[in-house]
Amino acid sequence: MSGFLLQRLMQAILLLLIVSMIGFAILHLAPGGPLSQFAAGGEMNQEDLDRIIEQLGLNRPMPVQYAEWLWRMLKGDWGLSYRDQQPVLHIIAGHLGPTLELMLTSTLLAMVIGAWIGIIGAVKRYSLFDGIATIGTMIALSIPTFWFGLVVIYVFSVGLGWLPSGNRFTIGDGSFLNRLHHLIGPCIVLALVSTAVWSRYMRSSMLDVINQDFVRTARAKGVPERRILMTHVLRNALLPMITITGLHVPSLLSGALVTETVFTWPGMGRLFLDSISYRDYPVVMGILMFTAVMVLLGSLLADLLYGVADPRIARSGR
Amino acid sequence: MTKIADGHILPMPAIHRRDLLALGAGGLLAASGLGSARAQTKAAPPPPSKPTGQVVVGLSQEPTAFNPLMPGIEVDETVWMQIFNTLWVADPKGNLIPDLAVEIPSETNGGISDGGLAWKVKLREGVTWHDGTPFTAEDVKYTLELIVAPGFKSRTRVGHAFVRDIKVTGPLEISWRMEKAYAPYLALLSNTYIVPKHLLEKAADPNTAPYNAAPVGTGPFKWGTRTPGDNIQLVANEKFHGKGPYLERAVLKYVPDQTALYAQFRTGQVDLIIGTGIPANFYAEAVKLPGRKVVKVPSASLEILMPNLEHPVLKDKAVRKALYASINKQAIIDIIYYGLHIPTESFAPQDSWAYNPGLPKQTYDLALANKILDDAGWKRSGSGTRMKDGVPLTFAVSTTTGAALREQTQQLMMQDWAQIGVKMTINNMPAAVIWGDFYTRSKFDSLVVGTAFRTVIDPDPAHRFGSDAIPAKSGNGANQMQWQNAEADALMKEGQTTFDQAKRKAIYFKLQELVREELPILPIYQYAPVEGYKEGLIGFEPNVNARQNTWNMGSWYWAR
Repeated sequence: MSGFLLQRLMQAILLLLIVSMIGFAILHLAPGGPLSQFAAGGEMNQEDLDRIIEQLGLNRPMPVQYAEWLWRMLKGDWGLSYRDQQPVLHIIAGHLGPTLELMLTSTLLAMVIGAWIGIIGAVKRYSLFDGIATIGTMIALSIPTFWFGLVVIYVFSVGLGWLPSGNRFTIGDGSFLNRLHHLIGPCIVLALVSTAVWSRYMRSSMLDVINQDFVRTARAKGVPERRILMTHVLRNALLPMITITGLHVPSLLSGALVTETVFTWPGMGRLFLDSISYRDYPVVMGILMFTAVMVLLGSLLADLLYGVADPRIARSGR
Repeated sequence: MTKIADGHILPMPAIHRRDLLALGAGGLLAASGLGSARAQTKAAPPPPSKPTGQVVVGLSQEPTAFNPLMPGIEVDETVWMQIFNTLWVADPKGNLIPDLAVEIPSETNGGISDGGLAWKVKLREGVTWHDGTPFTAEDVKYTLELIVAPGFKSRTRVGHAFVRDIKVTGPLEISWRMEKAYAPYLALLSNTYIVPKHLLEKAADPNTAPYNAAPVGTGPFKWGTRTPGDNIQLVANEKFHGKGPYLERAVLKYVPDQTALYAQFRTGQVDLIIGTGIPANFYAEAVKLPGRKVVKVPSASLEILMPNLEHPVLKDKAVRKALYASINKQAIIDIIYYGLHIPTESFAPQDSWAYNPGLPKQTYDLALANKILDDAGWKRSGSGTRMKDGVPLTFAVSTTTGAALREQTQQLMMQDWAQIGVKMTINNMPAAVIWGDFYTRSKFDSLVVGTAFRTVIDPDPAHRFGSDAIPAKSGNGANQMQWQNAEADALMKEGQTTFDQAKRKAIYFKLQELVREELPILPIYQYAPVEGYKEGLIGFEPNVNARQNTWNMGSWYWAR
């Protein structure tokens, strides 16, 4: 087990290094820079811009800039945002809470509903329910999130006045109910697509297992159908789901760009978009590294959970 | 002598920027001709006796830089204006009104002498920083010195770089000398926020001081809390030296998407939309919203076609004249921009005292355009594109990718210009790309851009039009057109060293005529952004001379 972990750790370090190099290069090679918006406003003249470029060290060769960035990163210093003048870690931490709140709620919702639809759909294959679920899923998957978000706002906020048209809570009222009220809109939008995805995976995963020999054997032995489903089928069908869950972890933390923008949710997705459009190199690199670490952790988590769900995998050679 | 609420006696002057509101915001709005037909006509109720209630201001950009001397974008000013004060501020008519100073230095009152080289400023008594420390001349000296300090990332040193020998001549008196006479410095100081010496000098590095994330000033509101990516809350400074504040709390709410912002205005989650404002396509609907007031506000920014005068085709004045005559300005304004904006011929905003209303009006005249090109020797070739000395009359127009209305403007131009034998191509790029070196180092053929040609509120456009301000050549200035004109240079120099407004007016009138004739920029329209607020909010007053219309937020309150 520890050998496996060590091997994964080495792989992770190498991967992070490659990701950081590519990310840094792409970001810094793209034309334009963090000062372009000052130039656009016409308030600062070339002398001012040049002076600040020099003070930020942006006029030095890129490998030098990268080496410095890497060295500071290794010492735990993620730098200061160009836009905010705040430590990058501080900024990321500030956006993590809202993202977790939104993504956890919508993901749990989507997992529960999606799994339920998937299980029923598999058990009652080709039934009316399965048909409706399949069509519904296709529709949900093809709706653009941006458009659907606007529809939700238009119908439930502007038209009916039932839901707030965005924000995490009403300023001046941070109560639990108020927050819950604000969660509904973006959750509906996010959960719609995820539910569709989860239900599809669950359905095909269940179907795979249902057709296996051991299920047939169990049936032949006269094991009650309910027990077959719960102990034999579901347990095995959950294996691929664990992988998907593990791969889903990073998105829990990196947020949902479009939904966060439409619903004015101050999460990681919005931060990333804002930082890119501003060319806030330290923050973009920070988010990139943070997400990369999360992806690696997520897949590691999936591997480990796999072993828990199916002890045969854990025992085999690790 | 004026007595104010907390018992302090103010020496002079009687007028403070907040006093302007005694007139009633609605009245001023209507008087400016910019208020909507629905502007308030009833007398405003009196303000509350102590700060009450809150206002939520919706912004489509997020304020993130809170040290007012460091680089920031326009929207950051919504915060600076509340937390800090300047020596004086400009009212909507362009008059300077003393704030931290007691009077505006001038040659008449002896504040400016020695041909504009010696300056002396008397400061207001009884002003305290939010932490209770008294404000003194040392703070002003510290501020002016910090701006030009070598390692400090200051926003701009324009004007400040001429300041020499700053002397504190009394607790509330300061003087300095200027390296050269520079009239726009008065205007620049109206946008130079004074920071506290006692807090910033303690910082190891003012660039990274914790102060920059929780500023302390002398303004009507104190720093409250900030939720990054969402909002900033400011709280009333009950010890403020002027009138107000009347609101207990001011919330600056960031809603990045303009449509989402408008939806929040409609559903009442934000009380006010300022800055980028209400998108033009919602204007007609917005004015009909019950319980909301929607107004066109003045702006100093112009939408122009900026030619690069080093381009082989665009350097020919005849070409620029022909292009200008074949832009269908009215169609652009009426069809693309819903008739909101105001056609203009000048680089100066029409609300400025220096605006010359007598410039020749552009008319959309394809026949004239064709004649100008024929006369200048641009002959039509087989493909329909004109040629002269082997050079085809073709160039690219660039602007920000995704700016849908500007893209439509480009298409209109392209069609019109094709009719006079000009081949225009479109070369658009994302904002962060186009406004980088491509713009600042004049690598473009031409641009459709919204920009202003003045120094803060001063009509001086020397950093935009001066021959010595071409960044691609001298590394300074913002003359990206690369316009070089000796007559204009002389006029601008004269304008900078003259302190008499009447004389300056004559100078800038002449400069506007010259620019209209030479066309280093092809003006299309002056912006008229649409802002809106909830009915019952008293005190909102658009000000073309403030960077944001939250300039007088300390005197806002709700009619109850």
